[in-house]
Amino acid sequence: MTTPVQTPATGAAHAASVAAISVRSAGKVFQVAKGAEVRALDDVSLTVAPGEFVSLIGPSGCGKSTLLRLIADLDEATSGEILVFGKTARQARIDQEYGIAFQSAGLLPWRSVQANIELPLELHGVGKTERSARAEELIELVGLTDFRSRFPDQLSGGMQQRVAIARSLAERPKLLLMDEPFGALDEMTRERMQQELVRICSETGAAVVFVTHSIPEAVFLSDRVVVMSPRPGRIVGIVDIDLGPGTQRSEGLRENSAFFEGVTAVREALHGSPAAPMGVELR
Amino acid sequence: MTRPGVRFSAVLWGLAGLVLLAVLWEGYKAVGPVTGVQFFGQSILPKTDDRSMPHLVDMVTRALQPVNSAVGSPPVWVSVIGAALNSLGVAAVGWVAGSVVGFLLALLMQRLRVAERAVLPWLILSQTVPLIALAPVIVAWGGKIQIGAFSWDRWMSVAVIASYLAFFPVAVGALRGLQSPDAIHLELMRTYNAGWFKTLLRLRLPASVPYLIPALRLGAASAIVGTVVAEVSTGYKGGIGRMIIEFAQSGTSDPAKAYAPIAGAVILGLVSAGLVALVGLALKRFNRQEAAS
Ligand SMILES: Nc1ncnc2c1ncn2[C@@H]1O[C@H](COP(=O)(O)OP(=O)(O)OP(=O)(O)O)[C@@H](O)[C@H]1O
Ligand SMILES: [Mg+2]
Repeated sequence: MTTPVQTPATGAAHAASVAAISVRSAGKVFQVAKGAEVRALDDVSLTVAPGEFVSLIGPSGCGKSTLLRLIADLDEATSGEILVFGKTARQARIDQEYGIAFQSAGLLPWRSVQANIELPLELHGVGKTERSARAEELIELVGLTDFRSRFPDQLSGGMQQRVAIARSLAERPKLLLMDEPFGALDEMTRERMQQELVRICSETGAAVVFVTHSIPEAVFLSDRVVVMSPRPGRIVGIVDIDLGPGTQRSEGLRENSAFFEGVTAVREALHGSPAAPMGVELR
Repeated sequence: MTRPGVRFSAVLWGLAGLVLLAVLWEGYKAVGPVTGVQFFGQSILPKTDDRSMPHLVDMVTRALQPVNSAVGSPPVWVSVIGAALNSLGVAAVGWVAGSVVGFLLALLMQRLRVAERAVLPWLILSQTVPLIALAPVIVAWGGKIQIGAFSWDRWMSVAVIASYLAFFPVAVGALRGLQSPDAIHLELMRTYNAGWFKTLLRLRLPASVPYLIPALRLGAASAIVGTVVAEVSTGYKGGIGRMIIEFAQSGTSDPAKAYAPIAGAVILGLVSAGLVALVGLALKRFNRQEAAS
């Protein structure tokens, strides 16, 4: 991380090589009560390449959501710089550079599955026929063809989450931000959803920042796993996972020794052990 | 789908309440002392003679007879319905006007935090002004309005007073509804870079419906009460409020007559609630439960 800080202008000039996300020494301090403050993030630097799948993992309160929210421009960094495709986070949000999915699906209860998926398109003035064609594609992609005119309260939690993911993909973003999207699901549904997500993402070529509490989930999905520690929230290690492209990641992989090595490496980084068998760079 | 069942049992309970009321009335009339019950010179239970408490049968029979002895005088129930419809029309105008004003105020308060802090206390204060005090003022002001062919009519004063009562529950309910969306939905709209108006249209308005429907129902009830009371205090003729007073004044000679317009006013309230329920039915789509995820 010795690259000099680039201005947005020069970043955009290298359009081909511009990072999907470039976080430089970002910090976030929340003012809680009078005088009291929480340092949620401290000197965090991270670069995510286009098409790369990066997971954020760490104990509760270490600032994973905060980092994601800074990238999404839902909160503002108190220090440092955050660029998304070479633009400021704010500009990137205005330009709709990313799709987002939260821990709870956040579907609008009065809209059908299809209408929920169409929401971002509708807001951005996409025509009716184009909209429903796109929704059709996405509904098929997440396997909800028979449920397109159902309402959220008629769906299981897993189905709702799939709708939310379809919605986040609606505008073909080159970047997906996901905050524990599978947090509320049972283990079986969760593994199936992971499989679907990894396939969808490698098919669409989107870069992903994925927040999770689950080590196997992070390893199964990611090209890199970013390990964070709390108080103040900072990155303590980045584990490279070499399990091949997403299209080739299937259930069998979970029994693979490379998968176990990845799990071990992430666990050790989390627990602060110096052993680094699989390309861990500890800082 | 328990809906029809729920509605059916609601009707049953309503009827049971009516029967209970009738039983209490006739029961007390049968066993209560003719002179009523007095406590240190204060009458705490009414007299039970036919003048103070006519039999229910007499009330119904009286309702079917002509209003007075004049030739061609319509039956009491017909003129009660006429008066009730008249009041319903005035109340409806007041309700619509009040609801629109209330909703616009809610929008303003939602849009501007300052407005909420500045306006809300005044709204609450406005409802503490007694109606009786308000009526003459509005009639007097209305009387001064004359624009071209338009001149202020007495029913408009009544409608204004009805709207004055109706706007408050709508303003409060709509404000709560507009503020009801969860942070996650608001943030989602922010990620879509949707401005205030688009967020209003796609999120706040639909989310406010479950709050708005009860508020509109409350507003309708207030508008009816306002209309009935305002008819009396503004001296507007032709409505049910006026009729209640008129018929009550003939109470000594014809006690059973007074109850028909009272029943008419009650039915008026029920009808207005029914009309609002129709509005709710039209907006049923937005009344869905929050998805449990
Ligand atoms: N709006 C806020 N106001 C004050 N403090 C906040 C706010 N949001 C987050 N924090 C604090 O910042 C720290 C990091 O929170 P964050 O939500 O990013 O953690 P997290 O890693 O996502 O945790 P979890 O895994 O439990 O979701 C916590 O100590 C939290 O209390
Ligand atoms: Mg979190």
